[in-house]
Amino acid sequence: MSASLLAIEDLSVSFHTPEGVARAVDGVSFGLDRGDSVGIVGESGCGKSVTSLSILRLIPSPPGVIESGRIRFEDRNLLELDPEDMRKIRGRDISMIFQEPMTSLNPVLPIGRQVAEPLMIHKGLTTAQALAEAAQWLDRVKIPAVRKRLGDYPHQLSGGMRQRVMIAMAMVCGPTLLIADEPTTALDVTIQAQILSLMVGLKEESGMALLLITHNLGVVAQMASRVVVMYAGQVVEEAAVADLFERPFHPYTHGLLRSMPRLGGRGGGRTERLREIPGIVPAITETLPGCRFAERCPHVFDLCRQNPPGLFAIREGQRARCFLKDYPERRRNDA
Amino acid sequence: MKRFFRNKNFTCGFILSTLVVGVAAASLIWTPYDGNKMNARDRLQGPSWTHPLGTDQYGRDSLSRVMTGAMNSIIVGLVTVAIGLTIGVALGLASAYYGRFLDEAIMRFSDLLFGFPAVLTAILITSILGPSMVNAMLAIGIFYIPVFARLTRAVAGVVWEKEFIAAARVSGISEWSITWRHVVPNILSPLIIQGTIQFAVAILAEAGLSYLGLGTQPPHASWGRMLNEAQTFMSASPWLAIFPGLAIAWAVLGINLLGDGLRDTLDPRMVRIR
Repeated sequence: MSASLLAIEDLSVSFHTPEGVARAVDGVSFGLDRGDSVGIVGESGCGKSVTSLSILRLIPSPPGVIESGRIRFEDRNLLELDPEDMRKIRGRDISMIFQEPMTSLNPVLPIGRQVAEPLMIHKGLTTAQALAEAAQWLDRVKIPAVRKRLGDYPHQLSGGMRQRVMIAMAMVCGPTLLIADEPTTALDVTIQAQILSLMVGLKEESGMALLLITHNLGVVAQMASRVVVMYAGQVVEEAAVADLFERPFHPYTHGLLRSMPRLGGRGGGRTERLREIPGIVPAITETLPGCRFAERCPHVFDLCRQNPPGLFAIREGQRARCFLKDYPERRRNDA
Repeated sequence: MKRFFRNKNFTCGFILSTLVVGVAAASLIWTPYDGNKMNARDRLQGPSWTHPLGTDQYGRDSLSRVMTGAMNSIIVGLVTVAIGLTIGVALGLASAYYGRFLDEAIMRFSDLLFGFPAVLTAILITSILGPSMVNAMLAIGIFYIPVFARLTRAVAGVVWEKEFIAAARVSGISEWSITWRHVVPNILSPLIIQGTIQFAVAILAEAGLSYLGLGTQPPHASWGRMLNEAQTFMSASPWLAIFPGLAIAWAVLGINLLGDGLRDTLDPRMVRIR
């Protein structure tokens, strides 16, 4: 078990736009073991989706450029593979589910064909064999009356059903890594829970690893064993789920947790007002000399504005990009 | 199929065009007389029971000639749209996919073709290659290439941005298969609609070229050619111009209605791109 499956090392991705060079991902490193599930959390535009698209080498280029880094998957560096080898990995070893089930399926192809397609490409099955296997998968993702549904078009299905079809499509070839980019964000809350439990079930059956990209900490708590928190293109904290929720170190992580609605709250039954993080994310076209969170940080001090903090080890399995590690006395308890 | 016939335009167009196609098909097996056979004794007769649409100055039966002319027009429509579709769609797809330099080159080339008055260029082409039906079809077909190239580029460009294309890429489908299995099926409706419209335009254009003597050559029957020949006898034998003229109007109206009906049913949001 727990042999390293995916290791991202010092990944930097830029987008060359007329407004300047946008460093969407800046020196990101993290790893994923076989069968593990890791959540990437952060607000919109923090680089979490770009990171996941880089793994599949699907960054639109131009304007996107992978500036540096290595993405080691099993024993190969994905960034060095030729396009044909990379294509063979997509859908067979690494799959991905997207946020928007309404637009992620081809409107003019029956769903059976769409689920069968990866099988025909990667396993060389005939149409009939692939359709039969697709039917089994649609059954496993709990689509009712599969036989009748195979010929249905996406517009005949509800959002939740479509996301099930997407999951079946991503799973048919038995990938060792599934990337889920906000898989439930576009769905109703009740459907979200169904889709999440379906994904947990499939993950346990197949033993695949899951990279879950979301801005919903609740989903992470339910699904992931480790969490990577990203802010403005950088990893700011990485920890096991329990540590992150109980002993978050980085002020940004604190802020994220406090801005999450919860029942009851600390005020002994009273509902507390949600606390937002003040300020806005710096534009990624800016280059700041110090910490990128400095302007919004309640504990900020001189050093933060002068030097960029490194990722410091906080405790076993937990790292945070914050000078408070070396200057704990600077943490203000009132904030 | 039912939803198509709920559309009035489509139903009218379908009936009118089916009649044209039916007449054209019938002309292959049977016409009342041999349309090219001259008969000096029966020249310039008005409509009668023996010659329902009359005869021309050589005594050829007009009905037979209108019937073979229908076949002629349909061939012109099919061939020109086929030329425009195959080359135009290929160029448009390449343009949408590769973008940048190739896109610029193809689109500026389209602008160039659009910049010339179509009829003048067709006259240029037929006068270089020599007047014939094949060359007229070639001239019209070349003009259809940018029409379909632009349309394809516009609609394919939109499809390539869709999330299901990203999903297909993630499944490891090659770019080539994505083009054929995911992009092309999604742009078929506008192409079909534009195809029917261009079909009607081609019939008119061929009639125009033949009228000028640059298209179908005598003795073969073509509606435009018949109009040209009827011109001299307009006051004495108006039926010679009326019937081929009616045939052109009938066919063009029918196919245009068909195209409108298809557009309304297949793609209500599509704005016609010219």
